[in-house]
This record gives sequence, structure tokens and C-alpha cells, in this order.
Amino acid sequence: MSPGTTALVELQDLTKVYGRGESEVRALAGVSFRIDPGEFVAVMGASGSGKSTCLNMLGCLDTATSGHYLFCGLDVGTLSIDQLALLRRNYLGFVFQGYNLLARTSALENVELPLVYRRVAAPVRQKSAIQALQDVGLGDRMHHVPSELSGGQQQRVAIARAIVTSPQMLLADEPTGNLDSARKIEIMKLLQKLNQERKITIVMVTHEPDMAAFATRTLHFKDGLVERDLVSGKVGA
Amino acid sequence: MIWTTILMAIREIKRNPMRSSLTILGIVIGVASVIIMVALGRGAAAKITSDISGMGTNLLIATPGSERHGPTASAAQPFKQDDARIVLRELGSVADVAPAGSQGALVVNGNLNWNSTVTGSTNAYFQIRAFSFELGEGFSDAQLQSGAAVCVLGATVRTKLFGAQNPIGSSIRIAKVNCAVVGVTRPKGQSSFGMDQDDFVLVPLATFQRRITGSTDVGVIFLSAHDGKQIPKVKRQVAALLRERRRIAPGATPDFNVQSMEEITATLGTVTNALIALLGAIAAVSLLVGGIGIMNIMLVSVTERTREIGIRLSIGARGREVLFQFLVEAMALSGLGGIMGILLGLLVSYFAARLMHLPFSLVPDMVVISFLFSASVGIIFGYLPARKASRLNPIEALRHE
Ligand SMILES: Nc1ncnc2c1ncn2[C@@H]1O[C@H](COP(=O)(O)OP(=O)(O)OP(=O)(O)O)[C@@H](O)[C@H]1O
Ligand SMILES: [Mg+2]
Repeated sequence: MSPGTTALVELQDLTKVYGRGESEVRALAGVSFRIDPGEFVAVMGASGSGKSTCLNMLGCLDTATSGHYLFCGLDVGTLSIDQLALLRRNYLGFVFQGYNLLARTSALENVELPLVYRRVAAPVRQKSAIQALQDVGLGDRMHHVPSELSGGQQQRVAIARAIVTSPQMLLADEPTGNLDSARKIEIMKLLQKLNQERKITIVMVTHEPDMAAFATRTLHFKDGLVERDLVSGKVGA
Repeated sequence: MIWTTILMAIREIKRNPMRSSLTILGIVIGVASVIIMVALGRGAAAKITSDISGMGTNLLIATPGSERHGPTASAAQPFKQDDARIVLRELGSVADVAPAGSQGALVVNGNLNWNSTVTGSTNAYFQIRAFSFELGEGFSDAQLQSGAAVCVLGATVRTKLFGAQNPIGSSIRIAKVNCAVVGVTRPKGQSSFGMDQDDFVLVPLATFQRRITGSTDVGVIFLSAHDGKQIPKVKRQVAALLRERRRIAPGATPDFNVQSMEEITATLGTVTNALIALLGAIAAVSLLVGGIGIMNIMLVSVTERTREIGIRLSIGARGREVLFQFLVEAMALSGLGGIMGILLGLLVSYFAARLMHLPFSLVPDMVVISFLFSASVGIIFGYLPARKASRLNPIEALRHE
């Protein structure tokens, strides 16, 4: 984390304010941190502390109220709506807290979708999607639609959809929230493997210290601010 | 990518069978109803026009009664046979005249009877009204003169009283008078407004006056002009002569009426135009109802579609890529519905026209208009909400409620 190298992600005093006047909520109250390529960051904190909001910012899904977000040194705030889409398409994978799968669409097709927009040819696309589904343990549920899948299964489809592209950075909002403990460990091992073997940078929101233990660094949020930043058990910058 | 997007749109149509089929249905109803209504309206109008020209060429009709006050004929002085005779003698432009009187009558053959109209006139009636003979012939001069008990049957009366039998020489009773059948006319077919032109019995005028009504009045004088292009002039001449005979002061309103077929056609033209307008209005309403149906379906699904757009945007779709997919979907549904509507409309109007004995008219203008209208409703309401959603940032779109 030496200031000389370019960070993958750098937030500078980022704020996000919802609503106006009396109903104003400062979901992010001036957050600054940087993430280097290859890090595996866990984000923890109480409910409503701004974790999802921060992750949405990192995923270029929402615009900040003030401050800067640099992705590979590029100020995301200056990009057009189409450039943001291309950034998401080519560099980011996102696992939503609420899965956000396409309804009435098979698991396989859901997982293929990011590759469709990356213009990957159909046969390759299907092979990669099947592989990703097998990685999350859903090789036998590929042709089921979300309404036929359990919450945990849907969550794993969402994970498969985010990792199928081998993105530069994987953003996962409580990716194990609906899984049993055996599955949780399995998924965490998968993420760890992706982080170590494919050098995918991972930012993962979790409520469980056991899951955070797989990460190399933990950010603690409180009231829209980073309260503590622990790298491999030590207090970081 | 274009091909992939088209495939994606088609998959999306199949994924929402309810929404897709309702959209298609809305368009089918709108398009088909416009085509059916207008095709039948125009068919009826064409039928009326051809019927009128089939009633006789170069025809003029003189009736007693004021033009303005319509059915006050009773107060007007009736025509006499001499009026007709003198018009023919004095005016070279008149080819023939047929003074005629009519009244409803029960005609009986043995145990078969039929309520028809008995008309007394001369042989000129057949020429002027363009009837030809299927069996037998018209009246002889002697029969006309003496008021003989003979008659000519219209095709309908013949069928009702004799079926397929040859009625020539048989005797039927018309309003208590026994008449020998001397001829049968060829059928002209059903006329407009359900009026059957073949439902009549014709007897010599003298027979009608002496044996049936007991008066020498003539209800109507049919005239034919030599030259179809001179009709207005002939009409003026006839009117002038009749004014003179009836001693109507210059400038006074005449107590009779001379109408040409053209005028009657024009009068009926306004009626048929009103008919077409009415059917057109009904069609427009159904088009609108279909359109509102499509609009509803599209708007009801906006929330779901906005969320879907949010998902696609969040995994890296650009707004225009999502939009193109929605446009393809809306166009495919509208196009499919439009084509089905056109086929259904043409099919139904074809068979309905046959059933109603109307000429079948293709209505290319309506096909185009109704198709464009329905298709644009489908496309606009399928596309516009999608366009709005595609401009949101993904989180906003995903949170849409
Ligand atoms: N669209 C919104 N409009 C208004 N307020 C919002 C909106 N989204 C989030 N908030 C508020 O911002 C704050 C942070 O929300 P956020 O979703 O980031 O919390 P979180 O840390 O992810 O919580 P959890 O662990 O429950 O998921 C909360 O107080 C929430 O009420
Ligand atoms: Mg959250």
C-alpha cells in the first residue's frame, strides 16, 4: 500500500446523501481508502452503516454526492453513462444482497448474460457459464428458473454470474448470507481461490467474523465512516 | 450483437406469454375491426349504387306531392293516365312512359298465398325498370285496353306460389280478382335495405284501376329519357309540361315531384356515407380500445421491466443495447399482431360480405392506417418506459417500485 504504486481503487472523502432536509440520510459521510490489486477485503459493520452504499459506489452502480472515486487512477465521476457501463462490463463483477436475477430465466442464461454483453461467442459462453455454475455447486440446477431455486441457490447463481467473466474486481454484498455453514466455507474457499489463482481483487460485505477471516483485510464501517481498517490482523493506514 | 439482441428479444416474448399474447390480441382486435367495419360499409355502399343503376337506365320518376313537404301526397292532385300519354306525345326527348299504381295485396294460388304488391302499368314498365322475361311475355294491346284479368309475376312471387312449376296459363287470385299468369320476369336479386325488387305482381293499368282500386288515379309515372346525358334537361321539360297541365302559377311550388335516378342516387349517397361514417366511428373506437389495452399491459409491466433493465445495466449493458432489445420486442409483437389482424379482418369481411350478399371490398387504406396506429401504440408504449429506465443509473432502476 505504498503511495507510489497506482491503487486499483481509491476513494477520497466520498459522501452519499439520500433525501433532503429533515429526512436527509448521510449513508456515506466522507469515506477515504485505497485498495491495491489482489487484495481480498472484507467490509463489516452494523446494519445501516453504509456498507451496501459503499459497495454500490465501488461497483459504479450509483453516483456519489461528493468526493472522488478513482478506478485505476481514473476519476469515475467524470465518466459518461456509457463509459460506466463499459467499466462494469469489462472490469467488475457484482453480487447483490438481493441477488437480482432475471425472472423466468434459467440459471444458465442468467450466468451467460454478462458474457453476452462482452460479445463472447455462444458456445464459449455456455461452456464458461456451466463451469461457473459447477464452481458454485449448481451443476445440476442449470436449467431451473429463479422461482424454482431456494434462496441459497439463487445466491449462488448470483455469485456464478459475477465470477463468470473473471473480473478485475469482484464486489459481493453478503454473498453467503443465505447459505448453510458448509456451503459458506465452500464459497469462501472458492473466492479465496479466485483471489489467489486468478488475482481477482475482492471486496465482500459480511456480518460474520468467520467469513471475514478469509480476507486479507477488514474495513469496519460505522455511521457512514470507516471506523477501523485491519490488514491481516494489524491496524492499517 | 444485433442478432444476439434479436434472439434475446424473442426469448423475452416467449418468457412472458401472457403479456405478449395480450399485446398481440389488442392489436389484432384493433386492426381487424377497422378492416371489417370499413370493408362492409364500403361493400354496402357499392351494392346500393349498383342496385340503383340496376333499377333502370335514364330513369325519371314523377310523383304527386310537394317536394318539400314529403308525405303530403294525399292532399296533392293525383296523376291520370292522360298525363303520361301527353308527356310522351309532346316531348321528343322522352323515350317511353309507364304510368303506374301500386298497392299491397294478398296473392293466392290454391292453398299457397303471399303478401306482395300489385302494380298496374303498361308494357313500358318492363323496359323502363329493366325487367326481362324468363317465361312468357308482357301484355297484348287488347289486354291492356280491355283491362283483362292477366298478370306477370316477379320471380319471388313465382317461387312463393309455384315453386319450380311453370305458372304460365295458371290462374291466381289477386285481391279477389282471378288473373291468368302470362309471364314471369327474370330475378334481379335482393336490393339494398332488404328491399326485394322481384316481389311484385304486375297487371294492366286498366285492370288495376277498374277491378282493384276502382279509381282512375295513377300513383307514379316512370319515364325514360332517350339520352342519359340530357337527364336534367328532360327533367325540366317534364316538370314544365306537368306544371302547365296542372295549372300551377309561375313561381308557385309545384304539387308534384320529378326525380331522376341520379338524384335518388345522390340522396342515398348521403345515407351510405352516413353508414360508412358510423361504421368507421365504431371501428375507430375499437381501435382505441385495443390501443388502450396495449398501453395498459405495457404500463403495468413497467416496474418489472425497469428492474430488468436495472439488472442488465448493472452487469454492463449500455442503455442503447437494452433499448434496442425492447424495440425489437415491441416491433415483433406489433408486427405479428398487425399481420394477424389484417388476415383476420380480410377473412371475416370476405365471408361476412358473402353472407350478406355484398361485394367484398379490399380496404388497403384502412389496412395501412389501422396497422400503423396499432403498431405505433405497441411500439411507443413498449419503448418509451424502457427508454426512461435505460437512462437511470442501475441502482435507481433496480429500486423502482
Ligand atoms: N435509496 C435510499 N434512500 C434513502 N435512504 C437510503 C437509501 N439506501 C440506503 N439508505 C440509507 O442509507 C443508510 C445505509 O444503507 P446501506 O444499505 O448502505 O446499509 P448496510 O450497511 O448495507 O446495511 P445492511 O447490513 O442492513 O445491509 C441506511 O440508513 C439506509 O436507510
Ligand atoms: Mg447492505
